[in-house]
Amino acid sequence: MTAMDHADYPRDTNLDDTELSRRLTRLWASPKGLIGFLSTTDHKVVGRRYIVTAFVFLVLAGLNAVVMRLQLAQPDNDLVGPKLYNELFTVHGTTMMFLFAVPVMEAVAVYLVPLMVGTRNIAFPRLNAFSYWLYVAGGAMLWIAFLVGAAPDKGWFSYAPLSETQYSPGKGVDIWAQMITFTEVSALAVSVEIICTVFKQRAPGMSLDRIPIFVWAMLATSFMVLFALPAIMLASTGLILDRLVNTHFFDTLGGDALLWQHLFWFFGHPEVYLVFLPATGMVSAIIAPFARRPIFGYLAIVLSIIGNAILSFGLWVHHMFATGLPELGASFFTASSMVIGITSGIQIFCWIATLWGGRPVFKTPLLFVLGFIVIFVIGGLSGLMIASVPLDTQVHDTYFIVAHFHYVLIGGGVFPLLGAIYYWFPKITGRMMSEPIGRWHFWLAFIGMNLAFFPMHLLGLWGMPRRVYTYPADMGWGTTNLIVTIGAAIFALSFLVFFWNVLVSFRSGRLASANPWGAGTLEWATSSPPPPYNFLRQPFVTSREPLWTERGVLPVAEGLRVDRRELILSSVVDGDPIQIETSPEPSIWPFLAAIATTVFFIGSIFTPWAVVWGTPPIAVTLIGWFWPKGSKEEVD
Amino acid sequence: MSLGEPCGTAPRVAVDVSDLPTYSFANRSLMWWGTLGFIAIETSGFGLTIASYLYFAQKGQSWPPDSPPPDLLPGTVLTVLLLLSLIPNQLTKRWAQAEDASKTRLGLVILCIAGVLPIIVRVFEFRALNVRWDTDAYGSIVWLLLGLHTTHLVTDVVDTIVLTALMFTRHGYQGRRFSDVYDNASYWDFVVVSWLPVYFILYWFPRLVS
Repeated sequence: MTAMDHADYPRDTNLDDTELSRRLTRLWASPKGLIGFLSTTDHKVVGRRYIVTAFVFLVLAGLNAVVMRLQLAQPDNDLVGPKLYNELFTVHGTTMMFLFAVPVMEAVAVYLVPLMVGTRNIAFPRLNAFSYWLYVAGGAMLWIAFLVGAAPDKGWFSYAPLSETQYSPGKGVDIWAQMITFTEVSALAVSVEIICTVFKQRAPGMSLDRIPIFVWAMLATSFMVLFALPAIMLASTGLILDRLVNTHFFDTLGGDALLWQHLFWFFGHPEVYLVFLPATGMVSAIIAPFARRPIFGYLAIVLSIIGNAILSFGLWVHHMFATGLPELGASFFTASSMVIGITSGIQIFCWIATLWGGRPVFKTPLLFVLGFIVIFVIGGLSGLMIASVPLDTQVHDTYFIVAHFHYVLIGGGVFPLLGAIYYWFPKITGRMMSEPIGRWHFWLAFIGMNLAFFPMHLLGLWGMPRRVYTYPADMGWGTTNLIVTIGAAIFALSFLVFFWNVLVSFRSGRLASANPWGAGTLEWATSSPPPPYNFLRQPFVTSREPLWTERGVLPVAEGLRVDRRELILSSVVDGDPIQIETSPEPSIWPFLAAIATTVFFIGSIFTPWAVVWGTPPIAVTLIGWFWPKGSKEEVD
Repeated sequence: MSLGEPCGTAPRVAVDVSDLPTYSFANRSLMWWGTLGFIAIETSGFGLTIASYLYFAQKGQSWPPDSPPPDLLPGTVLTVLLLLSLIPNQLTKRWAQAEDASKTRLGLVILCIAGVLPIIVRVFEFRALNVRWDTDAYGSIVWLLLGLHTTHLVTDVVDTIVLTALMFTRHGYQGRRFSDVYDNASYWDFVVVSWLPVYFILYWFPRLVS
């Protein structure tokens, strides 16, 4: 590039705010119309869709749970039969884990991480759009199958050999296995985007020790995804091959069913931390502004997050204590299960210290954080109990386990998530959520959750097995189950209150300023909701909480062109600006590629030849995606 | 204080980035990190598949259970071809980094050929496995392992062919396309390097343990 060229391009330098805003809006706005809707590459638009879709799946899976609780409310009930009950708990667990819990965390990150690191878009925004469409297709496939009576019914972990053709004819298990493929491809893509956004697109000056803790949590989570998800993809591919072309990975004709469990839980345990780590990041993000002070023990928390991410790979066998493993192996996994209590404990003490040393403001987001601490500690304690082999063997496959993992997942995932929605809702929509309705929501959720799941510990200790569609009256479990069902109803009601709050606030909530909570991180430096270009001028970061340090106007970097989508790449450690990168303009090709991939995945449920005829359309759409169209973003 | 919409205050400019390059190579570029991310995913895929192979192997009394180990010839020829392809691959990387259009194009054409040859040999490799995928667990896992690597091989060769075509159009004159060529060549390194443990496991491991 010559000096002449350099001068020729229109840049943000010396442009006044109004003119700059006008030009950037024209440049970054998502296109209109149906094609435009399908083509957008704005991380905020895709992130919003991701979040809404994930909550739709939460509602659907929640309705599964409501039906199950009605069935179990009294002994010898015949509301649903055993087959439908099996489908209900399978679709409930599968939807909650694969279509809600992990995707919703990634969805929030897709929306927030680029804003928090001060860049204009996520890395690889077209891949981001592609991943969203694949996720929708995978979820729709599972739920359409359920509605037409072809649902999987072997539990969310589809243990072999029960899931093999011999014992599971029909297409239910194949649909389950391909749903895995859809959602895992999607999650892997998002993880690569987040890693690249965090490593390379941070605002100038944001060195590693100035990254917001939520962003650290998402970075660690994304790395876990890279190493954990291939295990489940390998397992589900093996299963579908067993069923489709008679291989023998997990069947009883030479395969090994325990290998299924190893692969599943090598993924499945880290999976829990894929929910928990982002949630802890949310908690740290919420606690600091509501305690009116910086988080206590930043370094300790970051190291604990990384520690948890690594340690979570050494725990999978504790799901398999009942399979008769060698004693030494079991002892090792007991020890590692206890060790992770230390890193989790450090974080909890740091949060308590932050609240202790601050002047807490008890608004709804903080209430959910406090609820999280209480519920998660209970779930953590029952976790330490079942980390010990003798106790685990006793309560294995009982309601004690159901109680434990709902405490961990609802306490450790859903409560922080709800707090996060209250906290970031003003940023996303430009309006505040109602505080009084929020308090009703919190207390209903807190009471309902505990009433629904605490008695399950007792049911488990009394010997009630999980996954039974009914139980005889003389077992004496009737009253407790009725209490559980009442708790579940209150918990479900709390979600109605929540959705009511979202709806009312979205339409007529109080207008939110750029930084309604007085927080310190960069997403609050832009207006609520942010404009399509995120930041009018690129922030330049000098501390961990730029908005608390810089009392006046934030320092900025300038020199970006205003006639094409540009953002700044920075060095991995120090965050020094090193390159200008163009951000791809909207394109319909990721959507078309997702359709071609969907045809391929669904086709391969029915015939192995789909691999042959399904590949060329994918190749064509990918070439269409990557082939330059002559836009300004594609030249130097 | 808002960086979202016009606020009327004069900006406090800390740094001007207009002189920064608009593309770069290797670990300075965004795409390189994206490629590395996918390499990490695929490395864990290979690692877990090999671990599953070893899991089956440590269970059985004899390994392979009922079939002779795969014939050495096609797999070894393919290994030699892949290793040789690293020479044009490294040269192409260097030429791309020097942004030498004609040499880079030459390198890409050679790489297309160097990529198609192993795919042809791969067909014979499947035939030389001496076991069908539906014979037993051993057959299943060796077909899966070889299939997994074949997917990588074919994907990268198709990618190389498309990129080569692109480099012969007017779009090929952009500096960022040279960076793409560099990243594509880095991925080929992975395709070759990931083959070596697979080759050892498929061909030499059964001979060493029997």
